[in-house]
Amino acid sequence: MADPVLAVHNISKSFGALKASDNVTLDLMPGEVHALIGPNGAGKSTLIKQIAGGLTPDEGRVELLGRDVTGLSTAARAQAGLSRTFQISALAMGYTPLENVMLGAVGQSGGVFRFFRPVMKDKMLLERAWQALKRVGLEENAHAMTSELSHGQRRQLEVAVALTLKPKAFIMDEPMAGMGAEGSKRLTDFLHTLKEEAPILLVEHDMDAVFALADRISVLVYGKIIATGSVDDIRNHPEVRTAYLGEEDAA
Amino acid sequence: MIRERYINAVILALMVIIPIAALWMDEPFTITLATKAVILALAAVGLNLALGQGGLVSFGHAAYFGVGGYAMGILASHAQNYTPLMEVPFLIEGTNQMPVIWLVAVVASALLALVIGALSLRTSGVYFIMVTLAFGQMLYYFAISWPAYGGEDGLSIYVRNEFPGLNTLVPIQFFGLCFAVLCVVLFMVHRLNQSPFGLALMGAHQNEERARTVGINVTRLRLVAFVISGAITGLAGALFADLNRFVSPVMFDWHTSGQIMIFIILGGVARLCGPLAGASLYIILEHYLGGLSEYWQIYLGLILLFVVLFAKGGIVGGLARKEVRHG
Amino acid sequence: MSTILLIEQILNGLQFGVMLFLMAAGLTLIFGVMGLINLAHGALYMVGAFAAASMAAWSGSFTLALIAALVAAAMFGALIELTVIRRLYKRDHLDQVLATFALILVFSEATRWVFGSFPLFLDMPDALSGTVMLPGGIEYSKYRLTIIIIGLLVALGLFLLIARTRVGMRIRAGENDREMIGALGVDISILYTMVFALGAALAGLSGALVGAIQSVEVGMGEPVLILAFVVIVIGGIGSIKGALAGAILVGLTDTLGRTLLPVLFSTFMDASAATTIGSALASMLIYILMAGVLIFKPTGLFGSA
Repeated sequence: MADPVLAVHNISKSFGALKASDNVTLDLMPGEVHALIGPNGAGKSTLIKQIAGGLTPDEGRVELLGRDVTGLSTAARAQAGLSRTFQISALAMGYTPLENVMLGAVGQSGGVFRFFRPVMKDKMLLERAWQALKRVGLEENAHAMTSELSHGQRRQLEVAVALTLKPKAFIMDEPMAGMGAEGSKRLTDFLHTLKEEAPILLVEHDMDAVFALADRISVLVYGKIIATGSVDDIRNHPEVRTAYLGEEDAA
Repeated sequence: MIRERYINAVILALMVIIPIAALWMDEPFTITLATKAVILALAAVGLNLALGQGGLVSFGHAAYFGVGGYAMGILASHAQNYTPLMEVPFLIEGTNQMPVIWLVAVVASALLALVIGALSLRTSGVYFIMVTLAFGQMLYYFAISWPAYGGEDGLSIYVRNEFPGLNTLVPIQFFGLCFAVLCVVLFMVHRLNQSPFGLALMGAHQNEERARTVGINVTRLRLVAFVISGAITGLAGALFADLNRFVSPVMFDWHTSGQIMIFIILGGVARLCGPLAGASLYIILEHYLGGLSEYWQIYLGLILLFVVLFAKGGIVGGLARKEVRHG
Repeated sequence: MSTILLIEQILNGLQFGVMLFLMAAGLTLIFGVMGLINLAHGALYMVGAFAAASMAAWSGSFTLALIAALVAAAMFGALIELTVIRRLYKRDHLDQVLATFALILVFSEATRWVFGSFPLFLDMPDALSGTVMLPGGIEYSKYRLTIIIIGLLVALGLFLLIARTRVGMRIRAGENDREMIGALGVDISILYTMVFALGAALAGLSGALVGAIQSVEVGMGEPVLILAFVVIVIGGIGSIKGALAGAILVGLTDTLGRTLLPVLFSTFMDASAATTIGSALASMLIYILMAGVLIFKPTGLFGSA
């Protein structure tokens, strides 16, 4: 039994009287897509922030490749190999896709405090950047303005930036959001190939994508994990059906 | 729409041609005005790094301008009085040599920027603006109440400091020196903008969260930018003190901070030569409008309002072909 | 330093603090509700003082002068809100800073043009000149005491306005979610103009009240504006409670610092050095206090993250 790449142990977080995360434990094994689903307001974003960085849990710890990263900043976790994409694209809108990916490459290389060499001529960084762009299929638009890209292209760019980080694990926050059927299918296929490189913790609402992609699913309701298992386990889990899928059946 | 490179070349060319023409027409006052424009442009180039590239709205950059100026004032006044600054624990005498003065000015302003930056960067947004403003004023009030170097009345320096190989009292030579300094700094800033540091800084300005999630320590990045920015403005302060042969607490005042910002906005935020265009325009307005009316600042205010509301790109932005781009 | 002198300075500090509160409350309200940083607030302080001085010179009545200050400041406030400020709500802070800085230039020079460069004088009303005897045998200026009382009443009034009235409710809602209250059909633009005018009136009142103790001149609002910023940083943006706490703290620290530090230093150095170093340090004291707050609580004492 391999060791988990990403492990979350007993994470709890309260905001005043509201318990946003209640003793959450889950892990991410090599080569898998582990989907995190749950109704709106279940506390998914709070949980993700505690895993990816930016919010400190009241209790519990987060481990990346066996190393305790709970106290580390977002930047430090990224340097350690935790790569993240955002639900609402977090891109530098005034940069080209190439510049955005180069930003990732620069961050990963740790060479931010280099003052004199023109970065856009750095062969090593450029190669990594172009590779990432090619993998998501954006090399044609590399010199456009990010603000002018379509929604789907920006989602692709998000993934490309995540790729430049030499990631050990991906956290993807609703990558399918706003994509049409065609785009979702392409992204699903892409993620399928990606998971071999680094496992993916996937937060998603698009249930078709989840059932097509996930190796395991965890269900988060009111801050608590109520079930973890394979696609079939979850599809047939009575509590999950009522709490989440039940609402969809009724709708 | 014109390529920014050509606009920059024209601006630089004009800044040199005008004083040379003035020399030829025997108008030394114009040379002095041009020198003033160059020095103020340098101060704004410093701020532009933090403000334009970094997005750090520092409303207290006059603090560094003042420190640079007083570095010159203190060192030169001790030199002209033949009294040392300090005897214990080691001897520090005054100096009349510009290179030494500049070094002290740069180091002192960089250190101050480090302290103020470290404290201020704990905040963001409006807090940051107010805090930098407050620290600037703190130095202003301190300079007023410290009598040793003139207090409110300021300090006059009777000789212009020396630079090896030049007669700095000759207006065109002093102009040439200042312009050379400006060009060297511009070149450095240009390289900085093209470097990984510049990419990261402007990237963090556009989307801070993105920068963090690619592993960039944004606070440290900004602090370094802030320190470099303060050092450049400090150097300008030392030059300004030499131009006027006078330093006063006004150099620390927030009006001065505001003026430096005005140069940037008039010329074009984050544009390499924007500060040059803006400072030059300001000097022209001050001289000609000021000659027409004592209340010329009303017009300055209205022009500034117009630019902020309707012509955000400033002079360079209005003429240039593209948005501010990296690389 | 006798106790009586000390108490007198404490009262002066309180009076200073209360005047700062009037400025800071307006600023923090404007920022809390509209998200706008307004440098021109100092100009509105000045407008109030000049209006009061002019009215007092013309009518001889201090009460009319105060009313004139409130009306003039509110009017000018509404005017600039309608013409300039409303274009800035959606802009970034740099634009707001520069545009309101431009307004300062325009107001200052325009005032100098109309009134000249020499200070005006506003006389204290006869009814309030002279001193009053406080418990403990302390004689204190009647006028300054009145200022303290007015300031505290205004603070109370603001608390009640915000906490108890419908307008206050809209203000609080606006602070929390600007888009929402627009969607709810509350006419946001009128609310904004009112809030701005209210802040302006407070600044104008402050200027007029202080104008009787100090002189009325161009640029008088600027040192006060900076201090108001310090107050807001210390107290926390958007919080009236924070503005009051911060203002009193700043007022006391500054006043007491200026009196006590030179005295403190004279215990171990000679008199002239003590005064020099003492007053130099005293002038920086508030900023050091601000720096301290920044280190331990960057969002201010009552501010939220």
